Amino acid sequence: MQIDLRTVEIKPLRQTFDHLAERFGDKPATRYQEGTYDIQQTWLYHYRPTWEPDLEIFDERRTRIRMKDWYDFKDPRQYYYGAYTIARAKQQEAADSAFAFAVENGMVEALPERSRELMLQFLVPARHAEWGANMNNMFMSAYGYGTAFEAACNYAAMDRLGIAQQISRIGLALGGEEALHAAKELWLRGASWQPLRRYLEDSFVVKDWFELFVAQNLVLDGLLYPFLYRHLRTLISADGNAFHGLATKFMSDWDSEATRWVDAIVKTAVAESAENKLLVSEWAFDYFGRGTEALAALAVAAFGSDAEAVVGVITDELKARLQKLGIWEGE
Amino acid sequence: MDMKATQKKMSLKDRYRHLTRGLDWETTYQPMDVVFPYDKYEGIKVHDWDKWEDPFRLTMDAYWKYQAEKERKLYAILDSFNQSNGHLNVTDARYINAIKIFFTAVPQVEYMAHRGFSIAGRQFRGVGPRVACQMQAIDEIRHAQTQIHTASNYNKYYNGINAFVHQYPRMWYQSVGKSFIDDAITGGPFEWMVAIGFSFEYVLTNLVFVPFVSGAAYNGDVGTMTFGFSAQSDEARHMTLGLECIKFMLEQDPDNLPIVQGWIDKWTWRGTRFLSLIGAMMDYMLPKRVMSWREAWDIYFEQNGGALFRDLARYGIKVPDCVAQAAEAKEHVSHQLWAALYQWNFGTMFHTWIPSPEELDWLSAKYPDTFDKYYRPRWEMWAQMEKEGKRYVNAGGLGANCQVCQFPMIFTEPGDPTKLCHRQTVYKKEKYHFCSDHCQHIFENEPEKYIQSWLPVNQMLQGNMGGGGLEEFFKWVHLRPGIDNMGFEGSEDQRNFAQWRGMATTNS
Repeated sequence: MQIDLRTVEIKPLRQTFDHLAERFGDKPATRYQEGTYDIQQTWLYHYRPTWEPDLEIFDERRTRIRMKDWYDFKDPRQYYYGAYTIARAKQQEAADSAFAFAVENGMVEALPERSRELMLQFLVPARHAEWGANMNNMFMSAYGYGTAFEAACNYAAMDRLGIAQQISRIGLALGGEEALHAAKELWLRGASWQPLRRYLEDSFVVKDWFELFVAQNLVLDGLLYPFLYRHLRTLISADGNAFHGLATKFMSDWDSEATRWVDAIVKTAVAESAENKLLVSEWAFDYFGRGTEALAALAVAAFGSDAEAVVGVITDELKARLQKLGIWEGE
Repeated sequence: MDMKATQKKMSLKDRYRHLTRGLDWETTYQPMDVVFPYDKYEGIKVHDWDKWEDPFRLTMDAYWKYQAEKERKLYAILDSFNQSNGHLNVTDARYINAIKIFFTAVPQVEYMAHRGFSIAGRQFRGVGPRVACQMQAIDEIRHAQTQIHTASNYNKYYNGINAFVHQYPRMWYQSVGKSFIDDAITGGPFEWMVAIGFSFEYVLTNLVFVPFVSGAAYNGDVGTMTFGFSAQSDEARHMTLGLECIKFMLEQDPDNLPIVQGWIDKWTWRGTRFLSLIGAMMDYMLPKRVMSWREAWDIYFEQNGGALFRDLARYGIKVPDCVAQAAEAKEHVSHQLWAALYQWNFGTMFHTWIPSPEELDWLSAKYPDTFDKYYRPRWEMWAQMEKEGKRYVNAGGLGANCQVCQFPMIFTEPGDPTKLCHRQTVYKKEKYHFCSDHCQHIFENEPEKYIQSWLPVNQMLQGNMGGGGLEEFFKWVHLRPGIDNMGFEGSEDQRNFAQWRGMATTNS
């Protein structure tokens, strides 16, 4: 038997704010909608920025992409701050217990030398790449247009800081401070890491935030994540140790979730106009080439004679994804 | 690579260092000055970013954990508040007008703070401040959103909050807050930190949060109280960041002192003017008062701020000159502002009223030197006019706006509360008007910035606010005259509240 508790019912004057009623009709809005739509002002800024006097505080001209409604860039995860932090806290809790399980069960000590070396040389230096991804997503949050897009970039930036810190903890578990120093040395001077570092440093001076989104979140992540968290993991678990898998659970989960968001943004931009489609395609093509070069340098060092096959699998997958998004023609 | 796992336990400080600063590197494929183009042009000299002392050490795993816990609690309370019609428990529906002022302005200002800290969180080349600013960036969007989510339920039942997105750039008095934060974000990252991180978060924020949130608690508004308390624990982090940034700049190079002092002077005055709105709320809008604006100013600005400036004296920082004028103004601003809102109430989205005889007595007691002498007679006269059906309205429109703070000319001359204060200056053959010496000085230091100000009165006269006439203005600004504004007595809000509270508390 169901019993409905009674509360005094009074009739509201309206269901939502005017700007949401204009978009969706006068019905109760979700917390995502309330916290996102039209919150960034679009006109009347009083003053031009002293740091960029040719443009307004928020200015559509900071990207070459054109949208009639910038709030088409909605987040399929519908993250507002509360939903976002609660989701991440849960993921972090799961990741912490997996990591603790591995450490407590002696998996670090039991790690075969080859696996250990692979992690020290190919996973731990990637913490710097994550820090670069943090900077790039902060840039998109700072200068991107519209709350829907930029707030998700602020969340992504914090995610990347979190992941950089998670990788650092793995480094500390594997070899203490020395492991981190050695990884930084590889990042700064190791031949196999230089193409990636160059890719990132070049991205730091890109001014167009949508181009940067393509360079970082679509192409580079699309190449690096499968490399670090699938192919490297497979290679290491072939040694019979699950440390990599347990210690990087957060990253794999995060990647599949973030990919949904990234693809939704790209799809929306491309669907808007032929001009957008052409621009995004050109960017994707350009960064795909440079990113593949960076990936290949790492793959050769990690996989030796299997490198070509690994790079082939990863790039084919990304090409297929880009094709699905409508920005890759031909094979 | 041969490497032994180090056995010794690392200190928290070292660990944090590895998890933040250790991530960063000097770029070589692109010059650092191109990667970080904006942290030198303001003239602040930094010799060693590594000297930055992290004011708090929070890694992302801990951040998510703490913040998620706070969010769970906050939204559980909000849901229950909404479900049980908690809004009917406030002392009196007049109170809701105070939160209308808050909810239609502050979330937008918080949002701008989020964007400003995103910029700083990308642009500082030092990792310490960069990471701290990133956390504040995401905190600030939290504040904007939790405020909007709290406002959402009030919006369903009361008028005046529904058009906050439309009104933020359009409502004449909102240009005070908007120009304040737009001024800050258009400065460089260091000025931003002094404006918002230090002057606002450290020196002035307690004047917003403590009285306002206590006001909510005193008046039975559990929703507002809850987001307020929840935000306060973030504010504690923000305050330490602002202070650390000031100390860092001052310790890095003696040449930084005059620049920092100039910003502190400017932003203390900008903030003081902006906060006059809170003064009017505290003294006139809360049915159950927490303390007077003057008392709040004494505690949170003069005592707490005084201690802070004594602490900064060893760096050569002086108390800003404007503080003397602000100390005198604390006796006046709330009365002058509420009188302005009353006479121009036809152009706002909240109701006003004349204080009751009891409230007039409270004001007399709280302002023994000024209220009876300068302000009570006016309220008694206006009360008499209302009684005779001739409510006073200043149909002549607003006076000129101050070119800097954008308040209309409603504040009085220091030393003579019977005379409006008005300053003017000529720049490139154009005449500009100011409410005070301090606003004039701010203009004179950066005239090219402030000649850009979009002043509501001028824009209205030029027909840029809907077309020129009042009717067009109302439409343009999403106002329903007489429903969203004017007297609280007889308003839809008053009627609905009485009826709904009756339904909730009686059987008829």
